[in-house]
Amino acid sequence: MRGPHDVGGLDSGPIDLAEYSLTFWELQIDAIRAVIGSKGIVSTHENRRTIEQFGHEIYDTLSYYERWTAALQRQMVDKGILTQDEIDKKVAQLRIRFQETGDLEGP
Amino acid sequence: MDSFGHDHSHDHPHQSDDKIHAYYQILGQALKELLIEKGIVSASEIQYAMERREATTPANGAKVVARAWLDSEYRKRLFMDANSAAAEFGIELPTTHLVALENTPKIHNVVVCTLCSCYPRDLLGLPPAWYKSKAYRSRVVCEPREVLKEFGTLLPDDVEVRVHDSTADLRYLVVPMRPDDTDDLGEDALRSLITRDTMIGVALAGRTI
Repeated sequence: MRGPHDVGGLDSGPIDLAEYSLTFWELQIDAIRAVIGSKGIVSTHENRRTIEQFGHEIYDTLSYYERWTAALQRQMVDKGILTQDEIDKKVAQLRIRFQETGDLEGP
Repeated sequence: MDSFGHDHSHDHPHQSDDKIHAYYQILGQALKELLIEKGIVSASEIQYAMERREATTPANGAKVVARAWLDSEYRKRLFMDANSAAAEFGIELPTTHLVALENTPKIHNVVVCTLCSCYPRDLLGLPPAWYKSKAYRSRVVCEPREVLKEFGTLLPDDVEVRVHDSTADLRYLVVPMRPDDTDDLGEDALRSLITRDTMIGVALAGRTI
């Protein structure tokens, strides 16, 4: 059965040729992934595998770097490097910081 | 393509989508901060990787292609062992087998990664949004001429089109044909004719580009 990533040969509409510059946070996820990869913590293949295992619901809803972010979260929890609980707490903290300062980066 | 680089198009922005996008942006920041706090990665390593990404552009690939246009010995080395030929310019691809594809008057090569977005980043920088899009990935393998037309690239019927599907381990660099009217140009001027799209194979190199 085709996974959601396996799109070769499927019907699709015209190609959107608009040039798009990555946002800061997208570039940052790309960089984190590069560092994690170069340290041998998560290989390119593991990353691909994680993303390919997302069902259509996740794969088709998220943008490219959102998928990478979702994959990184899953990998860090699966490897015991981070816990879901500490991620949830950090996200809650950042939401407050973002509301207060309008800026995700801390002081 | 909306501002989040989505593959699917929306007629109207949905609030639920905005919430999802906002969540992942916060999640990305949360993962970064936690990984730094735990000493798994450092802020400077991330900073360096970001700077390196931004500094890596199709100018790298253009150096390789321009040399291949000018130096027949280099050209031979490039098609025999592209990793080594790129390394002559200090461009190292340690984890990827690189293959250079020769466009000729009879064969036109075009590159895709149907499963994801594998791309010779060290030579071309980050892939454009369309390269990662479902539309390009799904269609170019079955109707390459139609797809090339959307890029404004029309090929004569007697030119064979070869589509190459990349993997994480095997990535391709298309070596476009040198335009005929360029005998007067030096290496730097030639490099300027060699765009990202010519090295993916969706465009032809030409003086008018």
